[in-house]
Amino acid sequence: MSEQLFKVTIDNITIEVPAGTTILNAARKIGGDVTPPAMCYYSKLEGSGGKCRTCLVEVSKGSEKDPRPMPKLVASCRTTVMDGMEVKSATSPKVLDARAGVVEMLLINHPLDCPICDQAGECHLQDLSYEHGKNGTRYEFQRRTFHKVDLGDKIQLHMTRCILCYRCVFTADQLTETREHGVLDRGDHAQIATFIQKNLQNDFIGNVIDVCPVGALTDKTFRFKNRVWFTKPVDAHRNCSNPKCCGEVQLWMRGDEVFRVTARKDEWGEVKEASNGKTGWICNECRFDKKHTNDWVIEGPSHVNRHSVISQGHYEHLEKPQEFLPELMHRQPRLLMDIHSASEVNKPDIELSEIKGPAHSTDFNK
Amino acid sequence: MQALTNRVKLVERKPLTFLEKIYLWNILKGMLITFSHIFKKKPTIQYPEVKRPFSPVFRGLHVLNRDEEGRERCTACGLCAVACPAEAITMEAAERLPGEEHLYREEKYAARYEINMLRCIFCGLCEEACPKDAVYLSETFAAANFNREGFIYGKENLLIPNPKTEPEAYAKAKGLTN
Repeated sequence: MSEQLFKVTIDNITIEVPAGTTILNAARKIGGDVTPPAMCYYSKLEGSGGKCRTCLVEVSKGSEKDPRPMPKLVASCRTTVMDGMEVKSATSPKVLDARAGVVEMLLINHPLDCPICDQAGECHLQDLSYEHGKNGTRYEFQRRTFHKVDLGDKIQLHMTRCILCYRCVFTADQLTETREHGVLDRGDHAQIATFIQKNLQNDFIGNVIDVCPVGALTDKTFRFKNRVWFTKPVDAHRNCSNPKCCGEVQLWMRGDEVFRVTARKDEWGEVKEASNGKTGWICNECRFDKKHTNDWVIEGPSHVNRHSVISQGHYEHLEKPQEFLPELMHRQPRLLMDIHSASEVNKPDIELSEIKGPAHSTDFNK
Repeated sequence: MQALTNRVKLVERKPLTFLEKIYLWNILKGMLITFSHIFKKKPTIQYPEVKRPFSPVFRGLHVLNRDEEGRERCTACGLCAVACPAEAITMEAAERLPGEEHLYREEKYAARYEINMLRCIFCGLCEEACPKDAVYLSETFAAANFNREGFIYGKENLLIPNPKTEPEAYAKAKGLTN
């Protein structure tokens, strides 16, 4: 059967996509402001989407054959396009209002502890509420809290921050041999947990950190080491012995120290395709254990969107000014003060990347 | 030559009169002005003994605040450091251990917090960026020092005294007593 192409118009931009494409993916082909935000949908995970309702769009014309508009806003990640369909995303005030409502709902129980959270700066919920949310909240009650569930020494779970997108559950289902965690209980009590207190030990389980759109699942080896925007993202690779691991990663460095290893992300915040055409998931060994620059072949600074706070370091296209003094004076400039003689921060003898897990007062007061 | 504008004024050079020539009259006129100032209100003050009131928006040295229970407010979120145009602020964060709840307000805190007063331009952007009301600019001037090392202010210089354990020092730092 030859592939059938459907003509779909999103915000007055017409594009032809194969039958069976969702509205969200058609909008992503156009890109820009047209694309609805998505918190739970993840194109690399089968069955994801349809839970968070952030990608709601208005279908003002169902199709060429049945031009009636759809009565309610539809979730664009789960609705496939029809021939001649007309969709309003950013141009519909109804959609913008619904998005603001969804953001408010997602934030009802969110603790808003961004100053502490390691995800801040690359958090999708932060971006979403900044772009589509309202300034205040109308919620007046105690926020929901949970008993802490320990997921082992590599992954930190903060259940209060979770928006129940189920991405991590799909990741564990589709990438690892056995899923050890899931969503327990129902409704307001629903939480990500292991049924009996259990560490997550699967070989690819570290990818749940990358798919988590909020700071519910974070890297314990990077916990509180530094803020994301003060670390320098560089692309690197290594020959990983694991056949399922692509070995192509992003290192988050400070000076010569590797603070964190993550998979590379595309413009939608999803894990990028590796050079072999597969999705670039990485194994736990690459993510948690290879924290030395000589483990990696460094390719250069990664591209960071200039709207992201991470670009504040301007590492890309960095041109260092030429030092003229040694050439002219035939000596090095005399330092008036070595900062390490007075400063307690960034001590050369304390390597934060060497500490397993977060640093404590015991590490600093040695 | 024709003048470009009509605002040109010709200066007359008259020879000095006798009274002007002996200078004494003009000196007397000058001394009279000086003498009259003795009876006027002095615009200057004797600085270390007398101090001027500060404007409420004055931006002096930084203070790291504590909450009413004496716990440090700073969580090392790094927003002051990213807001700082002079890149004067650096910090290192640590996780609060069980048993340290009375010292630090939140799960994460600044184990090291430093402001390089040589770099600081006292713009107050750190104060505006702080989401936890932790850093404030006080009414103290930058202190003088003999060497550069003294201008790297660590937490021991910046933290306000604990209102629970040192209430007098805290009241003094707040400016409630002299």
